Amino acid sequence: MEKIPSSEITPESVYLSRRRFVGSLGALAASALLPSGLRAADRFEELRKELTPLKSITSYNNFYEFSTQKEAVAGLSQGFRTSPWTVKVSGHVRNPATLDIDDLRKKFPQEERIYRLRCVEGWSMVIPWMGFPLASLLKVVEPTEKAKFVRFETLLDTKQMPGQGASWYSWPYVEGLRLDEAMNDLAILATGLYGNPLPPQNGAPIRLVVPWKYGFKSIKSIVKIELVGSMPISLWMRAAPNEYGFYANVNPAVDHPRWSQSSERRIGEFFRRKTLPFNGYSEQVAHLYAGMDLRRNY
Amino acid sequence: MVWLKRAGLPILAHAGALTPLALLIWNFFHDQLTANPIQYITFRTGKTALVLLVLALACTPLNVLFGLKQAVALRKPFGLYAFLYAALHFVTFVGLDYQFDPELLKEAIFKKRYALVGFAAFLALLPLAVTSTRGWMRRLGKNWKRLHRLVYLAALLAVVHFVWLVKSDVREPLAYGAGVIVLLALRLKSVRRASAKLREKLVGKQGECRQVAVHEDLR
Repeated sequence: MEKIPSSEITPESVYLSRRRFVGSLGALAASALLPSGLRAADRFEELRKELTPLKSITSYNNFYEFSTQKEAVAGLSQGFRTSPWTVKVSGHVRNPATLDIDDLRKKFPQEERIYRLRCVEGWSMVIPWMGFPLASLLKVVEPTEKAKFVRFETLLDTKQMPGQGASWYSWPYVEGLRLDEAMNDLAILATGLYGNPLPPQNGAPIRLVVPWKYGFKSIKSIVKIELVGSMPISLWMRAAPNEYGFYANVNPAVDHPRWSQSSERRIGEFFRRKTLPFNGYSEQVAHLYAGMDLRRNY
Repeated sequence: MVWLKRAGLPILAHAGALTPLALLIWNFFHDQLTANPIQYITFRTGKTALVLLVLALACTPLNVLFGLKQAVALRKPFGLYAFLYAALHFVTFVGLDYQFDPELLKEAIFKKRYALVGFAAFLALLPLAVTSTRGWMRRLGKNWKRLHRLVYLAALLAVVHFVWLVKSDVREPLAYGAGVIVLLALRLKSVRRASAKLREKLVGKQGECRQVAVHEDLR
């Protein structure tokens, strides 16, 4: 099913030992000597021992542009062209830009972020993303006062993405964040995982990762980022407004008609885990929603 | 040869009904149950149960409409296999997935409508499986047939269960729903009479005696 040559993938064991090696180096060096980017990543180190195997991350994908069958996405997406690829940043910004994916990678230092990923379907993973804060990009384009929300769009290409032929969804995939959510340091644009470029099934070449929200908010294969004045309507809000709201924060207290949101199955584990509010990132993001009724703003 | 002809269809039916289970076991030992095996097993057993339930419902109309007498004998095994897969489906969900967690089960029953109708479908099948023996048939007499009409309800509930489980693409569950509704409609007296008339016309006098025998069988 997977057509990535195995030579291109760092074996997980090597990868882990490499990380441990780097980690022990870090322990040796005085923390002041380390570049600040690496130190920032330390916050996410505790999850390293819980990492989901690469094989699971790359073989179990919700990416309806290719297939609604999670196990079929990897095979169907292998020929996906991710180069050349540009991301157009427009709307209420002082410096609109169309950025080449290679330039993006060079311009913004890539750092590793190990995040929990909680799917609305009640399963979860722990994924070592490579990427950069969305805020870094937004600072470059400079949102104007009119900008209140960020709207993201996935590539629309029915030839490459057969799933986009399904007429009951309004393609392309659209997602959105409030500007303050987008500026939060946890929100990143990811271009890689496990130290390698993103495989197509995981949203190559560039995707959003907002770990305190259900996985569907983390839009894949982005071609357009637009700063807008009003709340964007996402594909899922259009498809089933009673099930999916704009915020979609991970919240064990807010039910979904199908899946239990109070607990989850971590891929690879037998027993279920309790789902954490904001997927365990309350400390970093809860303040964004102070005073809001999260039952209503689901 | 005659034996093979007579046994061929039942053998095929049993083999066909057991194949999904064999495949599941094979996939289990070959690590082919996706990264989320428990959910995958739940899906596969549920789907198989529904397919077998539809097949069980198809047996009688196959006989009435096409005179396929052998199909009647398959009704019971198909029904029992449907129950087997439904039971596996139920046990996987309650035991493996929810691990008998009372909080989760309470939530499933009171807040998840799909779980409630799925459970109801399973409960409807349970007495049918228990009373599927000749002994129970004798003991219940006329009531046996009445009781076993529950299968219509079970099939409809199973379809609703499926519809409520998919996200937006309801084509597949609705296809099963259409199948179930057609199979139920074929049981209506008016439809049966019309089909008998049509057959008489088509087959002519030759078929008449067989026709009578078939109808005798059904009553």
